[in-house]
Amino acid sequence: MTTIETDLVDYEDATDRYDPVLGIEVHVELGTATKMFDGAPNIFAADPNTAITPVSLGLPGTLPVVNEKAVEYAIRIGLALNCEIAESCRFARKQYFYPDLTKNFQTSQYDEPIAHDGWVDVELEDGEIVRVEIERAHMEEDAGKSTHVGGSGRIQGATHSLVDYNRAGVPLVEIVTRPIPGVGKRAPEVAAAYVRTLRDIFRSLDVSEARMERGNVRADVNVSLRESAEAPLGTRTETKNVNSFRSIDRTVRYEISRQAGILDAGQHVVQETRHFHEEDGHTSAGRVKSDAEDYRYFPEPDLVPVAPSREWVEQLRATLPELPAARRRRLREEWGFSDLEMRDVVNAGALDVIEATVESGTSAQSARKWWMGELARTASEQGVELDELAATPAQIAELQGLIDEKKINDKIARQVLGKVLEGSGDPSAIVESEGLAVVSDDSVLTGAVDQAIADNPDVVAKIQGGKVQAIGALIGPIMKATRGQADAGRVREIIMEKLGVQG
Amino acid sequence: MDLMPAIGREDVARLADLARIQLSDDEIARYAGEFDAIMDAVASVSEVATEDVPATSHPIPMTNVFRTDVVTATLTQEEALSGAPEAEDGRFEVPQILGEE
Repeated sequence: MTTIETDLVDYEDATDRYDPVLGIEVHVELGTATKMFDGAPNIFAADPNTAITPVSLGLPGTLPVVNEKAVEYAIRIGLALNCEIAESCRFARKQYFYPDLTKNFQTSQYDEPIAHDGWVDVELEDGEIVRVEIERAHMEEDAGKSTHVGGSGRIQGATHSLVDYNRAGVPLVEIVTRPIPGVGKRAPEVAAAYVRTLRDIFRSLDVSEARMERGNVRADVNVSLRESAEAPLGTRTETKNVNSFRSIDRTVRYEISRQAGILDAGQHVVQETRHFHEEDGHTSAGRVKSDAEDYRYFPEPDLVPVAPSREWVEQLRATLPELPAARRRRLREEWGFSDLEMRDVVNAGALDVIEATVESGTSAQSARKWWMGELARTASEQGVELDELAATPAQIAELQGLIDEKKINDKIARQVLGKVLEGSGDPSAIVESEGLAVVSDDSVLTGAVDQAIADNPDVVAKIQGGKVQAIGALIGPIMKATRGQADAGRVREIIMEKLGVQG
Repeated sequence: MDLMPAIGREDVARLADLARIQLSDDEIARYAGEFDAIMDAVASVSEVATEDVPATSHPIPMTNVFRTDVVTATLTQEEALSGAPEAEDGRFEVPQILGEE
């Protein structure tokens, strides 16, 4: 196979002169207990070829039976994406030969998807909303997992391959957009934000763990370029299995630059599947599938049609949870955040932890201050998400509670947080065991005040002469003497009393 | 009523290729003839199936045959691999999928 190398056109230049159009297919693995067509457990990590039944292996004489829960989840996804739910739909056999399919066909849906004609609003980082039209969402099964042996571990050059069918038959819903026009330079951002929006919806519907890094959500990204928004659609390429938001962004960016180079050279973009390479962000042509377009779909004879009653559909519609966009609007109002504050919170992935902290009794602004400040910095240093930090929302609420009760001050609180993040336990326990509570015991403070007054006669004279603001020069040494634990307010009061001045 | 198109040798060769079945030239010629007979038989059904008769994929008028989402017995790895010509590391070993790039 030869690769035609083309010059990449600078992204800005490419998007000045060409109009990109996107199309995205997202596969989501459903979080059912069992597989789509048999009772094998739907689990991520197990010894190879143990989460299988004879049906998962497609052994002769076995018959599939549809998992009702998977149908329910598919309908819930369809409803959340504002789709029509089919009155009746069938499964179909999609036939191709590949070792990760034991039956030589994938049980899928063809001309009768369970959900069709919907839309979803995608919010970009600056608040702009792009409406993406959904063509269809259909049910199908996942394939097994192959490991290639010999060569560089890739399929090319391998001497043979090993197949584990634990994933074979895991329920999938594939969601296909209509072409997404009019996004211009924001195409990479729109593509990533769309998949993120779906991921968030899957999670709020509780139909999937939707973990990108585990391949629960996988995107195939179609990109084409045309001369102008009025021109007919150009030839598209489809980059398969792009598995992180950043990679989706990079894929679109690269394909726009690459296709612009081909078009600038007066050549034609080849319609093909491509692969994204994480290490340097380029895409390369996939295997040429001469018979790829000939899947010879036909209705699956072993499965009768699925005809969801309108009562069932309406019942599922009525029990849809609050979806992410509505939740963001509600929380912004409840918390009294500005649009900008809310956007930063959402972009930082801090919504859930702040909500949990507020639910544990902290004010929204205090919760925001912690999670967007000290904790965001720590997460970024450690290269983890906020919810992966050792500090939990309950602990942050407890920490803020200690400040609100004036048991500790802000400075000590940061010290305590450091220990919580090291996994040393809950804030109250740390304050207790380390003796970090604010000292407001007058007998202790009075001694420290007396010492400071004795050590600083000049300052005392200034204060008594009317320069009350000079009191800070006395408080400083006292805080130092008490390792920052003195209740500064109480210290001030004691000094004023001792020196007989009014604040 | 349109006649169904005849199945030629090229069609048989392509079908065999899609189905990964190796056919000799003689077999291709023989199957082309047999397919024609089958197509003729199907065409006679089309003569009585007027437009108001919906295409039938399932002869039994039944829908929504579901099972509950409950885990059933599974195979052990040993059982799963018992019919495999080759196995390695608990996995089915299959021949090279693609040649060199």
